[in-house]
Amino acid sequence: MEITFQTVMSQIMLGLNNGVFYATLSLGLAVIFGLLNIVNFAHGALYMLGAFVALMGYNDLGPLLGMPEFHLNYWAALIVVPLVVGLLGIVIEKTMLNRLYRFDHLYGLLLTFGIALIIQGIFTNYFNVSGTPYDGKPAILEGAVNLGFMVFPSYRLWAIAISLAVCFGTWFMIERTKLGAYLRAGTEKPELVQAFGINVPLMITLTYGYGVALAAFAGVVAAPIYSVSPVMGSEMIITVFAVVVIGGMGSIMGSIVTGLALGVIEGLAKVVYPPASSTVVFLMMVVVLLVKPAGLFGKEA
Amino acid sequence: MSDPTARELLRITDLHAFYGESHVVHGIDLMVREGELVTLLGRNGAGRTSILKSIMGLVGRRTGSILVDGRETVGLPTHRIARLGLGYCPEERGIFSSLSVEENLLLPPVVREGGMSLAEIYGMFPNLLERRQSMGTCLSGGEQQMLAMARILRTGANLLLLDEITEGLAPVIVQTLGHLIGQLKGRGFTIILVEQNFHFAATLADRHYVIDHGRIAEMITRDELAGSMERLNGYLGV
Repeated sequence: MEITFQTVMSQIMLGLNNGVFYATLSLGLAVIFGLLNIVNFAHGALYMLGAFVALMGYNDLGPLLGMPEFHLNYWAALIVVPLVVGLLGIVIEKTMLNRLYRFDHLYGLLLTFGIALIIQGIFTNYFNVSGTPYDGKPAILEGAVNLGFMVFPSYRLWAIAISLAVCFGTWFMIERTKLGAYLRAGTEKPELVQAFGINVPLMITLTYGYGVALAAFAGVVAAPIYSVSPVMGSEMIITVFAVVVIGGMGSIMGSIVTGLALGVIEGLAKVVYPPASSTVVFLMMVVVLLVKPAGLFGKEA
Repeated sequence: MSDPTARELLRITDLHAFYGESHVVHGIDLMVREGELVTLLGRNGAGRTSILKSIMGLVGRRTGSILVDGRETVGLPTHRIARLGLGYCPEERGIFSSLSVEENLLLPPVVREGGMSLAEIYGMFPNLLERRQSMGTCLSGGEQQMLAMARILRTGANLLLLDEITEGLAPVIVQTLGHLIGQLKGRGFTIILVEQNFHFAATLADRHYVIDHGRIAEMITRDELAGSMERLNGYLGV
């Protein structure tokens, strides 16, 4: 590809588009890791589940209810799907994860990895691995917008905007509100926060539910862009874990900024030297780990 | 001297506490009346901190009975116990480093009516007003201790559990703390003070429980103190 202003700008926009998914997913991981001390390996599968619930809500829910004309539309899915999948997360936390907090990180990691394999296995059994297109994209987001330097699909622009809004909304909630102060305090000293009269076990459950809902939300936003496939999560999650490591485990702003930046860097690598685009993130990870082992935004232990 | 007819705010009967397999509190009986200031004296490792943590439900397992204002709390989770009006100030002070001084101060939720207002608290702790935008752990040791105490005064808690508040602090700050504790007692707070610094405790307290090997070795009232010094020194290993 010839390096022109146009190609650079278009790759930045596409990179940003991938970056918002990295950011939303690594943000959920950071929130969960902060309070629960659990590395949520099921995150990719829950992202995939979000896309599938949106897909099935559009294609299958109507016939199932005996109303073939009914489709769970995209706007409703943006709200309903994170709630449904978040509820599943709450069940997972209440029945399984909450038994593991006393033990080493490794057990939480193994459990969530197992959950990821189960979810992925179930969907591989019933759906095409190469992907099913999601037909629920709203008409208003069809077409493209002329940004001056390039013509960019309207839906992708929307995906960037809504994801950024959710990420910064979450950042605001955690860093600037009373609820967030409980969360930050609970991350540091859960016992003491509970001794002040706050129901920390409930807070932990809801936090996991929220992190999972973020993943499902990203899944819904991704559904009209990428085809909905059982392996979409496992492909994504590897990069997302690299983002988390580079940004620093548990840092809220760190995961947002790093997610966006790496999406853009990946996009730019496609202009300069396309074969490197899939490895550039891991090269960055190696460099960051050598220079700042706790990650760019992480606190040194 | 406190009123001997005041109601019992805390009554502990045959309390045992465990961390996993280790048995840290061995059947203690203890009673504190409303408005009283009671100390738990003893050497390091005698089990004083474990008794405070047992009251808050922060040990692994408890048996026996702990009545807070007549309500049984042994079966309750920690956050429900706190809501009965307990304010806990841990030995390590527990200042949150990711929160500013004012956020630390405003963190504990109100558990009862009648807590002190922020203005009253800043009046009592003028240092904290000056430094309210700083991050919690940028404070000096003394200021952190003030903050750890100040933040439980806002919540309306009327039974304060204070663990080793003078530890590692300069004499002039210890003196200030003594003055503050006196003020709090004057306001009607009921206080249990775990203390190593006997001279600090002696002038303030109504009664002293001497703790040894997870048991109560002796209870000494303020009037009996002078006559018990020799035995007390033996317990404290001075």
